[in-house]
Amino acid sequence: MIVPAEFYLVLATVLFFIGVFGFFTRRNLISLLISTELMLNAVDINFAVFNAYCHPEHLEGFFFTMFGIGIAAAETAVAIAIIINVFRNAKSIHIKNMIELKH
Amino acid sequence: MEQLDFTILILALPLICFVVLGLCGMKMSHKVAGLLGSITLAGVTLLSYATAAIYFGAGRNMDGIYQTITPYNIKWLPLGETLSIDMGIMLDPISVMMLIVISTVSLMVHIYSLGYMKGEKGFQRYYAYLSLFTFSMLGLVVATNIFQMYVFWELVGVSSYLLIGFYYTKPAAIAASKKAFIVTRFADLFFLIGILLYGFYTGTYSFTPGEAVLISAGAVIPIALGLMFVGGAGKSAMFPLHIWLPDAMEGPTPVSALIHAATMVVAGVYLVARMFPIFIDFAPETLHIIAYVGAFTALYAAIVACVQTDIKRVLAFSTISQIAFMMVALGVCTSTDPHEGGLGYMASMFHLFTHAMFKGLLFLGAGAIIHAVHSNEKCHMGGLRKYMPITHITFLIACLAIAGIPPFSGFFSKDEILVACYSYSTMMGIFMSIVAALTAFYMFRLYYLIFWGKSHYEEQLSQYNAGTLDKKPHKPHEAPATMTIPLIILAVITLFAGFIPFGHFVSSNGHLYDIHLDWNVATISVVLAISGIFMATIMYIKGNSPITNAINHNMSNIIEAAYHRFYMDELWLFVTKRIIFNCISRPIAWFDRHIIDGTMDMLATVTQKIGDVVRPIQSGNVQSYSMWFLGGALVILTALIVFA
Repeated sequence: MIVPAEFYLVLATVLFFIGVFGFFTRRNLISLLISTELMLNAVDINFAVFNAYCHPEHLEGFFFTMFGIGIAAAETAVAIAIIINVFRNAKSIHIKNMIELKH
Repeated sequence: MEQLDFTILILALPLICFVVLGLCGMKMSHKVAGLLGSITLAGVTLLSYATAAIYFGAGRNMDGIYQTITPYNIKWLPLGETLSIDMGIMLDPISVMMLIVISTVSLMVHIYSLGYMKGEKGFQRYYAYLSLFTFSMLGLVVATNIFQMYVFWELVGVSSYLLIGFYYTKPAAIAASKKAFIVTRFADLFFLIGILLYGFYTGTYSFTPGEAVLISAGAVIPIALGLMFVGGAGKSAMFPLHIWLPDAMEGPTPVSALIHAATMVVAGVYLVARMFPIFIDFAPETLHIIAYVGAFTALYAAIVACVQTDIKRVLAFSTISQIAFMMVALGVCTSTDPHEGGLGYMASMFHLFTHAMFKGLLFLGAGAIIHAVHSNEKCHMGGLRKYMPITHITFLIACLAIAGIPPFSGFFSKDEILVACYSYSTMMGIFMSIVAALTAFYMFRLYYLIFWGKSHYEEQLSQYNAGTLDKKPHKPHEAPATMTIPLIILAVITLFAGFIPFGHFVSSNGHLYDIHLDWNVATISVVLAISGIFMATIMYIKGNSPITNAINHNMSNIIEAAYHRFYMDELWLFVTKRIIFNCISRPIAWFDRHIIDGTMDMLATVTQKIGDVVRPIQSGNVQSYSMWFLGGALVILTALIVFA
């Protein structure tokens, strides 16, 4: 049975906006990071889906998905390191402590 | 002529000396710095004499004139296809003559200053400035083109400024240096305009652009030359731009001798002499205007000199008057042939030469007197002939020379000037003869006031002995040898310079000219000079005679006005402060502050206001940023959907 492409796209869209919603409403830096991951994964799904359904003879979309996962992992590692340092300085990972960056 | 290649050293040596003394002077002792400066200058003097010997020794060319030689000429600043500013060295009879004058007087001043400036703070700086001045002045006279002359012209202006303001802790000296600089700079503005006009219309800055070019430039040439003369009038202290020179006497006295008597102030005369061939052929009217300006200045300065009490100021006004004589001599020329109408050129250069020597001597003598009595005022002098015999004799020689008594040098040169004036018009001749008589009068007034009459020292001593004065007065003494030797050398030159056959070296068309005295003119001028001296003798030999008192009483208004230099300084102050400041500068300042600054301020204010509005967006809150970002993305998306 072939799942129609729309199903995947709806899933990706829902996933993306869950990420956006989380990014705007959460106040904890870890939560923000998780939200970012959700958005990235939604994009990855889109890549894979469009590749599989529109150009099955090519592999670029899959490769981009692989890249996206790899970069997301690296970015998470960096972000976690930053968050740890923020915690060391501010004894908190609440978002309100991050407004210093405007200076 | 390759053997004149060494002339570059004449410029290079003082410049190097200036750099060395300027940079390392403070690490040297006074003695080393002074000797370094003097020895360098002695070298320059020897080289100048060698240049003169080779140049004049080479003899005349086929046309019977001394050829102009240009050992160096470098294209310094090309301004276009044909126009360029060159730098180089040009030797012709007048520049070689000036080399001798400048290096001789400068050497005398260097030696003299060893004694005069002994122990002064900033002694090394003083010598550095003297070297700078000598370099600039030598560069001015050997200039190959009018623009090089202008560059060095400004350099002498700067060094004059630096030396007048040498005692920079003295407010009067600072004010005088600023005044000198501003007045001459103001005049130089016209000079520059003149040069640019000249360069634009002739396509060259050369002194000899060629007849065809000058004819095609036509009516611009007299205007350009007139503007150049304004620059020369500023430097040479012609009325009404003379106001800076008397104040410039605030500088050290040897500086006054070198810059403000012998060399720099004759730069204006030299400029006119340089442009003389063009003047005579293309702007004779301008040349005659110069004669009238000069004649008026000569009379004005001579009258003012008669009543001044500061001895250096008397000398300053006499300098103005004598330079005016040289200007007049150039101005009355009507042709380039010295036998008919061109005599003034030679007379002017001759007077420049002799005047540099005897006026330098007068100033150096005045310096020795000031050194001895520690004052510039005549009332602190009197009866000094017993205490300073060498200064007395040399000063007397210089006074006789400037008064025009034979056989002193001033007689010969002034006589030539008067002959030139009489051949131009009898009025001019009579006028200048009267000024010459006044010259004799004020110089001998000065001489008697300093060396004769009651001794200020003896008066004070008797008061001290009688117990009415607490402090024992300082006894005047003869100056040290470093100061008297230059006096003696200059006095010897003053004695014999009149016998130099000057016309053999310099004349208006370059041909050999034998100076011959016009006995009518010579008799008149000698009689007038002697009567001037006689007047001064009866009025001042005994201090206050009844005649002096009577004259003082009857002419007190004129004397008062002359003492204040006929209120020329006040007039200038009125013109600059009241008229120029109030009517021109203030509106411009208002426009600048309110319109130009206002526009800029408004731009800044608007930017700031916008910033105030936009600033809260940058809150530092990452989430609000991303909200804006999302909003922007949605807008773009909508736009794509709607318009695509």
